[in-house]
Amino acid sequence: MSAASPAGTRRPSVLAQVATYAALLVVTMAVLYPVLLVCKKAFEPGRQFALSASPMPRDLTLDHFRDLASAEGPHGELLFLRHALNSLVAALATTVVGVVLSCTAAYALSRFRFPGRRAGLTTFLVVQMFPASMLLLPLYVLLDRMGMLNSLVGLVLVYATTAIPFCVWTLKGYFDSLPKELEEAARIDGAGPWRVFFTIMLPLARPGIAVTALFSFMTAWNEFIMASTFMTDETRYTLPVLLQSSVGQYSADWGLFAAGAIVTSLPVMALFYVLQRSLVGGLTSGSVKG
Amino acid sequence: MSEVRLVGISKHYEGSGAARPALERLDLTIPSGELVVLVGPSGCGKSTTLRIVAGLEEPTTGQVLIDDRDVTRVAPAQRDIAMVFQSYALYPHMTVFENLAFALRIRKLADAEIRRRVEEVARSLEIEAYLDRRPRALSGGQRQRVAIGRAVVRQPAVFLFDEPLSNLDAKLRGDMRREIARIHQLTQTTSMYVTHDQVEAMTLADKIVVLKDGTIQQVGSPMEIYDAPANRFVAGFFGTPTMNFLPARAERVNGHLAVRGQGFELAVDAAATASPAAGDVTLGIRPERVTLDERPTAVPLAARVELREVLGAEVVLHLGSPAGELTVRADARAAARPGDALTVWLDPGAVHLFDGRSEQRL
Ligand SMILES: Nc1ncnc2c1ncn2[C@@H]1O[C@H](COP(=O)(O)OP(=O)(O)O)[C@@H](O)[C@H]1O
Ligand SMILES: [Mg+2]
Repeated sequence: MSAASPAGTRRPSVLAQVATYAALLVVTMAVLYPVLLVCKKAFEPGRQFALSASPMPRDLTLDHFRDLASAEGPHGELLFLRHALNSLVAALATTVVGVVLSCTAAYALSRFRFPGRRAGLTTFLVVQMFPASMLLLPLYVLLDRMGMLNSLVGLVLVYATTAIPFCVWTLKGYFDSLPKELEEAARIDGAGPWRVFFTIMLPLARPGIAVTALFSFMTAWNEFIMASTFMTDETRYTLPVLLQSSVGQYSADWGLFAAGAIVTSLPVMALFYVLQRSLVGGLTSGSVKG
Repeated sequence: MSEVRLVGISKHYEGSGAARPALERLDLTIPSGELVVLVGPSGCGKSTTLRIVAGLEEPTTGQVLIDDRDVTRVAPAQRDIAMVFQSYALYPHMTVFENLAFALRIRKLADAEIRRRVEEVARSLEIEAYLDRRPRALSGGQRQRVAIGRAVVRQPAVFLFDEPLSNLDAKLRGDMRREIARIHQLTQTTSMYVTHDQVEAMTLADKIVVLKDGTIQQVGSPMEIYDAPANRFVAGFFGTPTMNFLPARAERVNGHLAVRGQGFELAVDAAATASPAAGDVTLGIRPERVTLDERPTAVPLAARVELREVLGAEVVLHLGSPAGELTVRADARAAARPGDALTVWLDPGAVHLFDGRSEQRL
């Protein structure tokens, strides 16, 4: 394509390259600077956020992490472990429920024509538009009626319903992009609907599933408002709630907060790393042509 | 061995907004063991017909019968048919072996039997070396072989091919066409083959079905279609270069038809036609039946050479004449050059007459 036009293949001048990299460097630093400040605070002694703009800590200490890990509840339980476990259970359960339900729903919405299909899709889109804070009160009442306040099951229920509309739309888009002939070939080869779904469509939708899994996990893992509203018992806190409570109105311990923030972000990073291998395009290449 | 029968098949795609149905009251029988080619221009309903036989589309009206069993509402999986798609539709996440084995695994054949059959088919299609590869690591021709192998390995009652060769280059297309002919001779499996390519249709078919706008124009052997096209459309669809069409008037004159055009007049044996007494007609004559040298029964037509196309073994001359434009296939040594005036000879025995209005053969 561009081989024909010399302008398209010409290498940018040195000056242009230097300018590009300089601009990228500035942007990168701007993005990373706040993160560095949090890292600095996590390893720096003291509860206060120093006013220095330097991202380098004056002293190094692991005290904040130790405090975080050793904080005890009223009955001597290790709070951080409890909260981490709560977060993990809520996030994993949300992921499983979210992915399973949205895979099946998205496939049906993508491939089958049935009454209510359009209405369903529109509803999924519309409910996305309401901010979570608006739903706080009704959800609180609902959970209360069902006896699910302070319950992880209730929290997962709320998270999954928040995550599913987005997941369904993403996955539906993905299923839409998979060639219909593949399914037709499989059906002619004797495969029933479930086999087509499991042996043909799901493996090919892996990148889409990875995205929705990540999204579901992060929806639950990072969520604060609902968790802090519905989970009033300290042992039921999730990590974001713990973080917030460490910088309460009267005694803000920013060191503890920073250490907690770093530990909290690690699993998401790990998940990103694991899933990025699935985030590849071209899974269907070689299958259909023309 | 299975016979496929389509009875009164119509198809109207819902919500397509098309005024005309994709298929209209199609009746067609594919005799057991025959290879029937459905041919016609793009959008004439070939794929729709095939997909209805496969069970991928439901006809709006009519029935599909395989061996007298009504399968109109039967799922594709239960029809014992195999289909080769234009786009190959190979399972991209499976190896070639697994692609071939997919249908056999569903039928729960023993592993040893699956291996035996897959390897046998792979050998005959010369894709043994690629059994462990994914489709993306194959060339277009190899993919097409795998797609055909995936159908053959099942030993189905009916093969369906939907323009299987149209993504290949000319040379490969010829090779694969012969490969398909060989497979059909070997397996004698009832086959429906869809193409828009008249050469494929002529070379492969036991029987050709010509479709246009969702209706059958003609059914016949390749030579019947070529020698006695049922209407002007069929006549123009087959043959390269296309048949010459000259406007004329026909009149019944004691026992024969006098056909008069601009600059020529000839007599056609009227017994051969069930023509009306008189009227506007289109005279059709194939380029190879227009000659540059005089023949005993032929009638002359004055013409002028406009273009000369050299094909090697022969030349194609494009002529202008009072009767209209004319294409002639001539020997490569023919001396005619653009601008030359010459006389061409029309053989009345090789003339096709079509009704001027209905365009049907007279
Ligand atoms: N899924 C569909 N929905 C609506 N119209 C369709 C669909 N498939 C085919 N058609 C229409 O039906 C007609 C026949 O199509 P098709 O059978 O694919 O033709 P061919 O294979 O001969 O090119 C065309 O006019 C096409 O636009
Ligand atoms: Mg088609």
